[in-house]
Amino acid sequence: MRRVVITGAGTINPLGASVAATFDAMRAGTCAIGPLDIRDVDRLQVRIGAQVRDYDEADHFTRQQLTLYDRFTQFALIAGAQAVTQAGLVGVDPDRAGVVLGTSGGGLNTLDDNYRAVYEDRRDRVHPFIVPRLMANAAASHLSMTHGLRGPVTTVSTACASSNHAMGQALATIRGGQADVMLTGGAEAMLCFGGIKAWEGLRVMARDTCRPFSADRTGMVQGEGAAVFVFEDRDHALARGATIMAEVAGFAATSDAGDIVSPSQDGAARAMRGAMADAGLTPAQVGYINAHGTGTAANDRTECAAVHEVFGEHARDLLISSTKSMHGHLIGAAGAVELLACLMALTEGVIAPTVNHRAADPDCDLDIVANTARRAEVSAVLSNAFAFGGLNAVVALTRA
Amino acid sequence: MSEQQMQYDQTVADKIIQILADQALLDSADVTMDDTLDSLGLDSMGVVETIFAIEEAFDITVPFNANAPQDSGFDVSSVRSIVAAVQDLIQRQG
Repeated sequence: MRRVVITGAGTINPLGASVAATFDAMRAGTCAIGPLDIRDVDRLQVRIGAQVRDYDEADHFTRQQLTLYDRFTQFALIAGAQAVTQAGLVGVDPDRAGVVLGTSGGGLNTLDDNYRAVYEDRRDRVHPFIVPRLMANAAASHLSMTHGLRGPVTTVSTACASSNHAMGQALATIRGGQADVMLTGGAEAMLCFGGIKAWEGLRVMARDTCRPFSADRTGMVQGEGAAVFVFEDRDHALARGATIMAEVAGFAATSDAGDIVSPSQDGAARAMRGAMADAGLTPAQVGYINAHGTGTAANDRTECAAVHEVFGEHARDLLISSTKSMHGHLIGAAGAVELLACLMALTEGVIAPTVNHRAADPDCDLDIVANTARRAEVSAVLSNAFAFGGLNAVVALTRA
Repeated sequence: MSEQQMQYDQTVADKIIQILADQALLDSADVTMDDTLDSLGLDSMGVVETIFAIEEAFDITVPFNANAPQDSGFDVSSVRSIVAAVQDLIQRQG
């Protein structure tokens, strides 16, 4: 079977506009959650979020481009350009390169703005490119067009697991020989009035900030942004002398076939076991888990119970953290931005912390790397994503 | 005033009982003031839907967080406590 490695990474997220800036912020335990600065915030009960700040779209794109690029597409293109530059994708057969990107809301800002225009402002006309701007595959298609990638290009939308499912699909596409190079990851920009209002209804949003695994947690906080990686056939990468950041060793997806919103310990456990089996890893080899760790009571307890079930005694030794405490929950881009924490663990030996932690919860009795980053040599890591709809997806990375 | 002595606005109580009965798929005659969300068989999403229905029925905002229901300042431990809390919110927000 062909082996798959990561040869490029790029991001723009609430912690920073590059991989280096994101690593710095994770190392420092920076929390990017703050007051939301969006239209009609006074009509929201949830008024906090992790926004990409100091961002002016006109600094990155022309007016003509912006008529086609929703905010989530912009994020994907910024992250994708960094990843492609790092990977040095020159002389790659474009017909053997593709894109598979995760997103949950797609062009939600475009949808929100234009529903306002027609319903609230009673306008009877919208811009001609609203459909190509809001469609969920817009970001993947523009990545393909920008970089001339003419192989398989798709979008995966599985709520909070979108990115992990996308990266799993990229892995399978290269392993299966349908492509040599795949851009993959996720992009999300849901921080608009309608986007937040919908989440508000679920009553699971935090009042103060995101405190995963902390006994006094009150829920999740949304974020936005993108991370894009270059996944590449290992032999292909070696032949062209590319620098390998890590190996994408395994992936597994499971479905709870149970509740539409409540998580399942069994579904999570089967996904972690499956990813390790696919990667040929034993539980004892896994040194770090980037948790789904949303900061809701239901997720955190269930996830910790699943880790105990899968890892047994080793659960006490491994490190597990939720970086959502820093960058918020990026929904369809969550797994992608969180894979950065996994790369930092493997390449720099630094484990990103779970910040905002104040009180131990007996139901979450794992080493959650509270508040301060930690040095640790790890050679294999897992990244968990457990979505609404009962869909679980776990990625396993190993040191190159 | 203790809970036992508190006077209930029967219209408010009836409306809330009807909402809970609808959520629990019960006849409203089978819901008593001493019932709890558990005894009515309502899970966490059923509770969230109930709160939404109460907000819509009384045009109030209920401060309820499913992650920390005990800290929400809205006591959902029984039908009686919900009625009392809603009456209180109607007075404060009405």
